[in-house]
Amino acid sequence: MKKWLPLLCITTSCLAAEPSPERQTILLNLLKNDCGACHGLTLQGGMGPALLPDSLAGKTDEFLVSTILNGRKGTAMPPWQPFINHDEALWLVGVLRNGKH
Amino acid sequence: MKKIVSLLAFLLSFNVLAGLRATGDLGIVIEREDGAALIINTTEHKQLAKIGKLGDLSHASVVFSRDQRYAYIFGRDGGLSKIDLLQDKLDKRIIQAGNSIGGAISQDGKLIAVSNYTPGGVKVFSSETLELVADIPADYGDGKRSKVVGLVDAPGQRFVFSLFDAGEIWMLDMKNPQKPIIEKFKNIGKLPYDALISPDGRYYIAGLFGESGMALLDLWNTKSGVKRILPDYVKTEEKLPVYKMPHLEGWAVAGDYVFVPAIGKHEVLVIDKQNWKLVKAIPVPGQPVFVMARPDGRQVWVNFAMPDNNQLQVIDVKDLSLIKSLTPGKAVLHMEFTPRGEQVWVAVRDDDQLVVYDTETLQEITRLPAQKPNGIFFSARAHKIGL
Repeated sequence: MKKWLPLLCITTSCLAAEPSPERQTILLNLLKNDCGACHGLTLQGGMGPALLPDSLAGKTDEFLVSTILNGRKGTAMPPWQPFINHDEALWLVGVLRNGKH
Repeated sequence: MKKIVSLLAFLLSFNVLAGLRATGDLGIVIEREDGAALIINTTEHKQLAKIGKLGDLSHASVVFSRDQRYAYIFGRDGGLSKIDLLQDKLDKRIIQAGNSIGGAISQDGKLIAVSNYTPGGVKVFSSETLELVADIPADYGDGKRSKVVGLVDAPGQRFVFSLFDAGEIWMLDMKNPQKPIIEKFKNIGKLPYDALISPDGRYYIAGLFGESGMALLDLWNTKSGVKRILPDYVKTEEKLPVYKMPHLEGWAVAGDYVFVPAIGKHEVLVIDKQNWKLVKAIPVPGQPVFVMARPDGRQVWVNFAMPDNNQLQVIDVKDLSLIKSLTPGKAVLHMEFTPRGEQVWVAVRDDDQLVVYDTETLQEITRLPAQKPNGIFFSARAHKIGL
């Protein structure tokens, strides 16, 4: 089974390295507090839109990762690149799609 | 028998006395993740009670009844909770909208207004029963509804608020609760994100996210409309990414000077209230979020957006310079002065603590535990316009 794991990863989008447990804690804290400041503690939206699995369903990982890293011009969404790298953003997108955080 | 009765009466009266509590030096601390409110005593530095099940308090604010008995908490999830400070309990709670941002209490204390994102608008409730009195949808054409921000009370039983998406300021007159009168000011600027009213209830100022400057409405002279002040501050091209929207509540005014956070810049702006011109841009080590004056106006305390949110800076108003840098802990979110300003309480979210400072010596006095605190509100707000 172990042999197949890398293959599984290629077919889903977990090519990216998963953040360390410590980083995961930091990222989840960031999600709850800093993202939550605009998107709501339960991510149902506020000044920014809802980030629930349903609301993200039609959007690609690429688009969401880019939104997180580069922000959205003309809106209040800032670029999070100084604090989060690409793999971490992708991991966060997975967390959001999962809806359990 | 008579003896026993009088003894009983004596004991009873003693009991009643022991249970007496005044509320003028109490306050509410919001615990965002627990969805709870702590009732605290600011004189004794003590937690008196914890009231839970208040919903999503990720952006909660609080106003107080004029008798200072009740605290009204506005939650993110549209919850409006009325807390009884005398009995440490939740008195009433309603869910009045899907998503809300703040509220205000009317001049006469009888009405509570809430500003909502979804559905965009303002709802007004009886402060006693929390029954709906008026529903003011923030319609701005073609069936569109705007998020509402910067809701404050104003003299004359009025509320003033800003429409984030529409770029408008509305003034709501509730003298006759059955017949609300709305006066609209349009094209005030793009994306007003928050607003404040001066302590005398005369000037309403909305900060703009979508363009430079701030929108000023003189409530003594509404016919002259909304004016743009500081039109060059801060220009879009020089704006840094904003990781937390500044808050304008708690207008910092000292003499003729008004202190406001520069959005997207590491500066606190000092404005002359006589002509609304910039007096000085004080450089600070981060993007300011709250810029609050000590009640006597001698000091202004500033906290910051991430990644500089571990610190507090103190400005001496006498010479408009920074005099002290404090590092209370991780994620300094909010502060509140005692009514006459000898102490300030600070919420340090990621350290799960409240830190109390002496504002004269700038030394720490004590720390109290609180779970992820994000807002501190003292009952002295009950008697202040705009708070």
